[in-house]
Amino acid sequence: MGNLIVVGISDYKLAKNPGVLVTYALGSCVGICIYDRKLKIGGLSHIMLPDSTMFTRGEINRMKFADTAICDMINILINKGADKKFLSAKIAGGAQMFKVQEDSQLGNIGERNIKSVKNALSELRIPLLAEDTGLNYGRTVYFDIETGIMKVQSLNRSISEY
Amino acid sequence: MLNNYEELNDMQLDVLREIGNIGAGNAASALATILDEKVDISLPKVKIADFDEAVSALGGPETMTVGVLINYSGDGNGMIMFLLDMEDAKSITNILVQDEEESVGGELSEMKLSAIKEIGNILSSSYINSISALTGMNMEVSVPYIAIDMAGALMSVPIIEFGAIGDKVMYIDESFIGSGGVHMLQSHVIMFAEIDTLKNIMERLGI
Repeated sequence: MGNLIVVGISDYKLAKNPGVLVTYALGSCVGICIYDRKLKIGGLSHIMLPDSTMFTRGEINRMKFADTAICDMINILINKGADKKFLSAKIAGGAQMFKVQEDSQLGNIGERNIKSVKNALSELRIPLLAEDTGLNYGRTVYFDIETGIMKVQSLNRSISEY
Repeated sequence: MLNNYEELNDMQLDVLREIGNIGAGNAASALATILDEKVDISLPKVKIADFDEAVSALGGPETMTVGVLINYSGDGNGMIMFLLDMEDAKSITNILVQDEEESVGGELSEMKLSAIKEIGNILSSSYINSISALTGMNMEVSVPYIAIDMAGALMSVPIIEFGAIGDKVMYIDESFIGSGGVHMLQSHVIMFAEIDTLKNIMERLGI
């Protein structure tokens, strides 16, 4: 494995081959891996909320929301030389950690995050190649820029590779 | 005008710390009652911190942690999350529940899970009661919900719910010490209030 680059909550980072991007402990948040298979460059975004238009108060952090983060990250990738034709996506997360979330004013936020991520990808015409989403447990995502493989690790579960 | 935790001034932060301190004291007496044992507390640490800092305090994002989540509503609305590491969860439930069936693969039995839920419930109510006592606000707590998973994944739940108030969390760390100075548990409580609730608290206290 190349250098490990950590992506925090409400954050995204880019990497070139060789490099591995990681984001830890996604709960209802969603991790989005975008990869240019030809140039071997990619980005990992860790979004918290589906929709930036929900908040009108003050300045927003565009990296926090699915609708703004994905589009911004892809623009940066293209600026760095990625070709939109060769871009594809893999996503993980969007769990419902506690049952209580059903009663919350935000509804099942994990599900809504997944939906909003998929909408953003399809609007940008980025094909979604794999997903490991939903259910009720946390996930850590490793994204290997050399191979484009997304590795998902959870507690007391076997590791999945996509 | 108060819009998020970042904008709290020193005096307002002191008020929140004081709520945390009083709550921690109440929590210790409540715990002493359930355990039927004298319980001392360390000086509670009340902090307003970034998400990452709060997660680090729990041993890092992937640390297996028990979380109990409670909503409160009424004159004030918000969420409280009580977090406990696995070792403490096991040792405290060993005192409370004499379980015949030994847990499989180090997991906690149903009985033990509901015991932790109850502790979470009682401790969370202690903090809510401290707000009520200081401000006269009436609030009710929901039934507790429990999950065992990565600390980061659990803690992101209230952060997401209150994402509009900013990226900071208020957490209260407290060590409970049993008779003879034996370490009992280290609790981490994360308190979230809606911004209107926060304003209401400050207003009622004239700050």
